Amino acid sequence: MPQTQFIDDATRVFQVKNITKTYQMGEVAVQALRGINLELFRGELTVLLGASGSGKSTLLNILGGLDTPTTGQVLYHSKKGDIDLSHASEQELTYYRRFNVGFVFQFYNLIPSLTALENIAVVTEIAESHMTPEEALEMVGLSERLNHFPAQLSGGEQQRVAIARAIAKKPDVLLCDEPTGALDSTTGIRVLEALQKINRELGTSTAIITHNASIAQMANRIIHLADGQISQFYENEQRLNPHDLSW
Amino acid sequence: MKAIDIKLWRELWNMRLQALAIVMVIVSGVAVFIMSLSTYDSLYETRETYYQEHQFADIFTALKRAPLSVKQHIQEIKGVDQVQTRVISYINLDIAGYDNPASGHLISLPDNSTGVLNQILLRSGRLLDPNRDNEIILSKEFANAHNLMEGDNIKAIINGRSKKLTIIGTAMSPEYIYQIAPGAMFPNHKSYGVMWMARTPLASAFDMQGAFNHVSLTLTKNGNKEDVIDQLDQLLKPYGGIGAYAREKQVSNQFLTEELKQLQNMATLFPIIFLGVAAFLLNVVVSRLIALEREQIATLKAFGYRNTDIALHYSKLVLMITAFGILIGIGVGTWMGHAMSYLYMNIYSLPYMLYQLKPDIIAYAILITVTVAMAGTLYSVRQAARLPPAQGMQPEQPVLYKQTLIERLGLQARFSQPSRMVLRHIERRPLKSLLTILGISMACGIMMVGGFQKGAIDEMIKVQYNMSQREDFIALYREPTSQTSLYSLKGLQGIEYVEGFRQVKAKLSFKHRYYRTSLNGIERNSQLSRLLDRNLKEIYLPENGVILTDYLAQKLHIKAGDMLTIEILEGNRPTLNIPVAGTAKQYLGLNAYLQRSNLNQKLKEGDVVSGAYLKVDALFQQSAYKEIKNMPQVIGVIEQESSISGFYDTMNDTILFFTFITTLLGGSIAFGVVYNSLRIALSERNRELASLRVLGFTRGEVAYILLGEQGILTLIAIPLGFVIGYGLCWYLSINFESDLYRVPLVLETEVYARAALVVIVSFILSASIIWRNLARLDMVAVLKSKE
Repeated sequence: MPQTQFIDDATRVFQVKNITKTYQMGEVAVQALRGINLELFRGELTVLLGASGSGKSTLLNILGGLDTPTTGQVLYHSKKGDIDLSHASEQELTYYRRFNVGFVFQFYNLIPSLTALENIAVVTEIAESHMTPEEALEMVGLSERLNHFPAQLSGGEQQRVAIARAIAKKPDVLLCDEPTGALDSTTGIRVLEALQKINRELGTSTAIITHNASIAQMANRIIHLADGQISQFYENEQRLNPHDLSW
Repeated sequence: MKAIDIKLWRELWNMRLQALAIVMVIVSGVAVFIMSLSTYDSLYETRETYYQEHQFADIFTALKRAPLSVKQHIQEIKGVDQVQTRVISYINLDIAGYDNPASGHLISLPDNSTGVLNQILLRSGRLLDPNRDNEIILSKEFANAHNLMEGDNIKAIINGRSKKLTIIGTAMSPEYIYQIAPGAMFPNHKSYGVMWMARTPLASAFDMQGAFNHVSLTLTKNGNKEDVIDQLDQLLKPYGGIGAYAREKQVSNQFLTEELKQLQNMATLFPIIFLGVAAFLLNVVVSRLIALEREQIATLKAFGYRNTDIALHYSKLVLMITAFGILIGIGVGTWMGHAMSYLYMNIYSLPYMLYQLKPDIIAYAILITVTVAMAGTLYSVRQAARLPPAQGMQPEQPVLYKQTLIERLGLQARFSQPSRMVLRHIERRPLKSLLTILGISMACGIMMVGGFQKGAIDEMIKVQYNMSQREDFIALYREPTSQTSLYSLKGLQGIEYVEGFRQVKAKLSFKHRYYRTSLNGIERNSQLSRLLDRNLKEIYLPENGVILTDYLAQKLHIKAGDMLTIEILEGNRPTLNIPVAGTAKQYLGLNAYLQRSNLNQKLKEGDVVSGAYLKVDALFQQSAYKEIKNMPQVIGVIEQESSISGFYDTMNDTILFFTFITTLLGGSIAFGVVYNSLRIALSERNRELASLRVLGFTRGEVAYILLGEQGILTLIAIPLGFVIGYGLCWYLSINFESDLYRVPLVLETEVYARAALVVIVSFILSASIIWRNLARLDMVAVLKSKE
């Protein structure tokens, strides 16, 4: 198993120590994660690669405080203090998500009964320091379509609204689960550009799950997952811009 | 407005038809609650105010004749406050242009006054002049019924002589809020009325100078009702007192009390059903909405919304629907309460109606409805709040279906694949299927209540007047008279049959229970006053034995073979012990019967009668009536038929209105349940049905799977609804039971048919809306989008 580098605490966002996750599916116990050790760094863009069922979504869910590991420890470091995500209460996890994390999902998960603007407002209304929904939409290049309902937007536009929603509250961490999975290459690239822009301009630590290996070329760090374990972990010396990616 | 609340409003708008169906059910429940309780309060308060303002007495008694000096002795009874003695007489009336029998009570008023107790409320004209012996004040209802005004004259048979009386005013009285002739089933303001005359002329007309034959009194604050009644009875025994009774047993007041009781019943029974159904519907709709929004809930949670935020969000949706229902329900209920109160004001002769909707009734309506609605949706809302966000992102597991009982019994070969789908779906969620059936059954049951009234009244009239009391007229004698007097009646033109009867007031007791009523001596094989057993077969009086109204026997806890003690309250007041021979089915009043010869013997009197039942050829009824009422021994003539037809005229509209309302209420439930069930089934099985369409199923075949399930549930619900309806009607009939009347439980085929029809129509209506939705089933989109 590849060893993680030791770096100064101030630059680390996540410290994952030997976590496992077992799901009970009816009578069968499914082991989704089998001992993961990992560190993620502030302001970096990390890409998690792996086949379907490799455990990458489970890992992302645990980092995002949507789920907890069966064993092991996950530490989240921030300026306000550390949170042990593996032992946090439901309420602590809720507030962790509310104030620190932005999510982008493969199928956008917009609320169909709310307009683009309102979909963002629904999140900013409960956040502490945030940009206005208009500013967030501006960042993803959608200022023109703020009063459209999700059903009136294309897939790429919907995903950009979802990104705007995720970054509007200026999260420390942005977690993206297959953000381009449902999109064609041109649209996918526009979405990735939006993500890169946020990462660069706001310094948001970003983790992107994908099974599209070429996306890894825009990351600082790449993690390969297979069968619930990390099979490769390396830094990317030459980061490419999204439009240079070969899809 | 917050974005999350905007979401709520938009979702509510999207499901507006479903929400409307639920709102309608809530409106029904709240409206019935508000209507019945506000009407109850209004009627109650109006009655109390009226009683208080007009000094309605606490205790009443009639007697034969007592000198005025006895009044002082009554006044001295401990616990007595005010005493009023009166002269009251039953008289026959002759109204120009009205050929049917008319009679009334002529009541004395103290000279130049509206009375000490039971004061009249003068509605027009002036008070009586004691120096004139031909002036009367007429009850407003009677005057209206005959279009009589001040200055008009009517004729009365007073002491055997016809006398012209001039109307100088009209009035109302707290004593006659419900004006009903003695022994009548329905009020008929044309044939019976109350009138007042000054004491002096009235007393002299009836040879009652310096005497009285009626006492009313009020009690002091600490006066004991039972003690006063006992002492009053003792005191008046020598004067022919027939037993004092408290306000609770005063006929007019008793009818009003029964009405109030029914309003209370209505205020509990119906809202329970409606709100129960509403809770079920909310549960179904909200759980489906939450299931559809699993992912949205998970997303909101991923962004940091708390469990309580989610719970509050969906609770708000429930509260919004409920609030609409409550608001409209309060409005409709208030309107209905107003209408009903004023209807009561007219049915009962009340001078005014103090309509009131107490704030606590509104508060209760809100509290109960909100509690029921929240309780109904608690489980689903909690599920939503507790949904783990990571799990919410996953598609729901495919639902586990099993082979149904019918299939396990080896009958699967008989069913096509779509039929199996229908059956498996029903069996998969037995509780939901059961509640759906129950909801539709309730609708069916409520509609049956609407039809029950008419059948019951028809049956009461059939048994009471067509089978039991079959006379055309009853002639009441002033005094017990030799039965030879019947020959003069028989001699009249058109008289087909005459039968004498003897009637005395009596106190019937068994062990510690007693009841005061009439003891009727009738012929053994009476043709005009027949006694019927519970199967409506004629029963005959034995040589020595008494037959009681079934409800009276029940009240006294006495059965055939037991010895009944009868204290006669007239003449020498003997006490008799006579065995009970049986009971007779009677829907009106409580009576006791024995052979007339036996009663004459026991009273040690000759072969005398108190009056006669007459059967008269229809052609000669009017002429015969004219002759009879002018006979010197006849004090009054009673006739029921015109009362019955008059009653039907007024009742038909009321029954029609009530039927309309219950149909609307029942229909709202049936539609609410069926439409929501279908709507949800469509939403749950959208994908499945679209896939079948892709595979080549026609719209009809797909509709069969969807509608078949609901159709089966509806078909099961109808017979169950009949049982529930029967139960509801039974419950009501038990609650209607009183000394005054019992309501039979008779449900005609028509009642069942109408209830079933409304349910079926509701189903067809819902199904046709869903049929249109099925046409819009988007095969491509459904299959492309993710599960």
